[in-house]
Amino acid sequence: MSAQTAHGSSTEKPIAFVSAQALRERMHTAVNDPHLRSSFRGAMDFLMAKRAAQFPDESELASLRSLSEGIRQYSLARLPDLLEQLEASLTKNGVQVHWAETPAEANAIMLGIAQRHQAKLIVKGKSMVSEEIEFNHAMEAAGVGALESDMGEYIVQLAGEKPSHIIMPAIHQTKQQIAKLFAEHIPGVEYTDNVDALIQIGRRVLREKFEIADIGLSGVNFAVAETGTLCLVENEGNGRMCTTVPKVHIAVTGIEKVVEKLEHVAPLFSILTRSATGQAVSTYFNMISGPRKPGEKDGPEEVHLVLLDNGRTQAYADEQLRKTLQCIRCGACMNHCPVYTRIGGHAYGTTYPGPIGKIVSPHMMGLEETHLLPTVSSLCGACGEVCPVKIPIPELLIRLREEAQSEPHANPAMVGQGAGYNKLASFGWRMWARVYGRPGSYRAFSWLATRFRMFSPSKQGGWTAARTPLTPAPRRLRDMVKDRR
Amino acid sequence: MSSPSPGAGQAARAYPARPAAVYFYATCLVDMFVPEAGMDAITLLEREGIRVIFPDNQTCCGQPAFTSGFPDEAREVAASQLDLFPEDYPIVVPSGSCAGMIRWHWEKIFADDPARKARAAAIAARTFEFAEFLLHVVGFQRKDEGAPVTVALHTSCSARREMGTLLMGRELLARLGNVKLAIHDHESECCGFGGSFSLKHPDISTAMVSDKVASLKATGARQVVTADCGCMLNITKRAAREDIDAGRATASLPGEHLATFLLKRTGGRK
Amino acid sequence: MSARDRILAKLRAGQPAQPLPAPVLGEHFGPRAGTDSPAQRLARFRAGIESFHAEVHITSEAGWPELLASLCADKKIATLLYGADTHAGRRIADAPFAGTTPRAWAGPVEGLKADLFHRIDAGFTQTRGAIAETGTLIVWPSEAEPRTLSLVPPIHFALLDARHIHPTFFDAIHAENWPAGMPTNALLISGPSKTADIQQTLAYGAHGPKELIVLVINAEGEPQ
Repeated sequence: MSAQTAHGSSTEKPIAFVSAQALRERMHTAVNDPHLRSSFRGAMDFLMAKRAAQFPDESELASLRSLSEGIRQYSLARLPDLLEQLEASLTKNGVQVHWAETPAEANAIMLGIAQRHQAKLIVKGKSMVSEEIEFNHAMEAAGVGALESDMGEYIVQLAGEKPSHIIMPAIHQTKQQIAKLFAEHIPGVEYTDNVDALIQIGRRVLREKFEIADIGLSGVNFAVAETGTLCLVENEGNGRMCTTVPKVHIAVTGIEKVVEKLEHVAPLFSILTRSATGQAVSTYFNMISGPRKPGEKDGPEEVHLVLLDNGRTQAYADEQLRKTLQCIRCGACMNHCPVYTRIGGHAYGTTYPGPIGKIVSPHMMGLEETHLLPTVSSLCGACGEVCPVKIPIPELLIRLREEAQSEPHANPAMVGQGAGYNKLASFGWRMWARVYGRPGSYRAFSWLATRFRMFSPSKQGGWTAARTPLTPAPRRLRDMVKDRR
Repeated sequence: MSSPSPGAGQAARAYPARPAAVYFYATCLVDMFVPEAGMDAITLLEREGIRVIFPDNQTCCGQPAFTSGFPDEAREVAASQLDLFPEDYPIVVPSGSCAGMIRWHWEKIFADDPARKARAAAIAARTFEFAEFLLHVVGFQRKDEGAPVTVALHTSCSARREMGTLLMGRELLARLGNVKLAIHDHESECCGFGGSFSLKHPDISTAMVSDKVASLKATGARQVVTADCGCMLNITKRAAREDIDAGRATASLPGEHLATFLLKRTGGRK
Repeated sequence: MSARDRILAKLRAGQPAQPLPAPVLGEHFGPRAGTDSPAQRLARFRAGIESFHAEVHITSEAGWPELLASLCADKKIATLLYGADTHAGRRIADAPFAGTTPRAWAGPVEGLKADLFHRIDAGFTQTRGAIAETGTLIVWPSEAEPRTLSLVPPIHFALLDARHIHPTFFDAIHAENWPAGMPTNALLISGPSKTADIQQTLAYGAHGPKELIVLVINAEGEPQ
């Protein structure tokens, strides 16, 4: 099988995300899909139980969360210094560092490296940033094959889809669907829904690619400034393959992933795997501090790091929004989210789904595209409760609602501020504040509402879609209190 | 270094001795939609020998506007409430989310107004969710006069995560000798109310509340008890709609505020 | 202005005026290092890595080459690749293999790639140490023992000296002062390669070794 056939289906079907403006429609479809509902519920229950089992000691969890939050906040407070230190350390180690403000710049840098090496095939380890910048699409458009090698990502690519979860990309697919996919797309493979057999098929196919690939691409979980070390967390070994076997290794990551000291990765690594998949530790923790040195017998001859902004500096500039960048991409927020559980990852229409997606996507895509996202939350707080680095996700959702819905003004904190501004809604809230902010007005309003309760509408928008109407009581509590005295 | 925030509510809180009087901050939902819950909470407190002051100028904590992304409007409403509690009495709120708003978010919305911020902080420090107050300050302990019954308890997300009162609600029910508490499947999950969320995203909200109703019913509990009227209206009005659709004449999942339930069980209301 | 300069300028403009205090890690990890004896550390390490599907054999400095040879025979390993220019490598050269050909890694991987991917049954490496808390091997590939030796062959034999088991990852970094000089590649390995990407069903041997076999040299006199 050639790299081209591996993602043949995705070249036919455009893989670019549909606009988040179609969000309502997609959510409606997803929430009414019983198969999707039950499969996500089962998967999320499984992941929640696995995480809970990793933290039997609440005080240890509390201590580790505080420490991890502290490390991320400390790192962010020093971000520009640490990025310069990282660049200097990596350069000293022989790693070439590139900077990109936009996805297009990042892709152009990487395509340039590929073309310089006349690369035909890039084999990829799991990288959400590469999804964020539509890397595969950009390479394909230039005639360079980009093949996913993480089993879940490979499945998703074969299906011409996008990941529906940042840690478990193919979580929406059943083994029967995967069996069918393999039988249809991989020459000589017969239908089997035995998971071990399917994994061995993937192993066989992808090992051929590791052997011949010109370039390996990876993400980065943590970049250590003091030593110039790129850390990768994985279970499968494909990340090690991608960063070890091809002659060139390109790592791509957001600028927020840097920490100052090597010791800082110890707690972050621990809380990452335990929060994400409920593993005490991942199979591999791969620390890369440079290309093959003279005398060494393997490893890439060139290592590149591409540092991507794509809206991160916007989040950084605001003290509250900066907390978005504390994220270590564990996915626990989506595993525990009652909304994600019901609509799955694809309905969001963004690279990063779930609660973290709602707070990070507006910086990457602008509020024009994403202003509805922050409203798709009951603010239940489950995400903030499990976040390993204590990102106050509900608080940030409220802030983003404000940014989206407030009247457009000069010097906004975010691109697309006011994109969700609705004159009528804003007027409604102003009137509400007029009434509720003046006790006399409120008394008059509530008196009228209860006295004329028979005139309460029987259709109350979204409320009565599934519920009986809300009707004020015949008498207010304040009337009852007065009567008694 | 971080300001008080949700979750911090779960840290152990120091409770005052039983006071002579309290302020009762009913919330707009209770005032207009579920006044009997407020009345029952007041009666329960008075029966314990505590004078209950109902400030007549109370309207709303500002939470609807705050969570919808209209902080100016929330601030305007909250500012009108800062004068309601002149004496140093505890403030009892029969709702986890409104209590959470006052306890954790008032200070934030007045961040740029030091004078109001200080007053908000002082109010926050003596604001208690109803179950929390009844258990830890009053030390509620009354004889259960009701027949044996199984009920389910729904704890709102704010009560659970901002006020940390999940175990307190359970403990209050446990003190009733004839009440058996049934823990429902996915007990910690949101009922799908979320204020404007239920209006803005009815599909998802409906999916959530339908699942919540189903799991509450699956316990075999005769009714649901909760200390939050928003959740209660969401759950019971969804169940009522299911009853109508199924042609059932009696409510399959009635709900009561914890105050009403406690008062009825302990002979305070028939 | 370059992209680099623009990004850094934006960050500097947005940077908080007051730096935050440096995180103190010792407070968290101090109590976790515990007071385990070496034997207890070995037991924790073993329980951990076995739970990740690795095979552990306790042996001795004198006895491990013989054990390795017999394990290779049991597993019908035709070719065992290893690094010759190490203390362990010299012992392997003299080990009593039967039915297994030990092959010393020679030259750059380019000359060896086809064999590595298709004809080598197992790789042998030393380890730098291990982590008791999680059941994790610390492997620093070297000129003698390249990166792919512990990755590409379907079976990975790893030799561990029990004296080098640290309580936690944090302790290992500190005890050995890693920041003073990191190798081009350093690895933590906790079991054979695996995935749960298909319906959350765990399957071993995803892309790396299908089996991880750890030979632990336990010093004389230590209870096992």
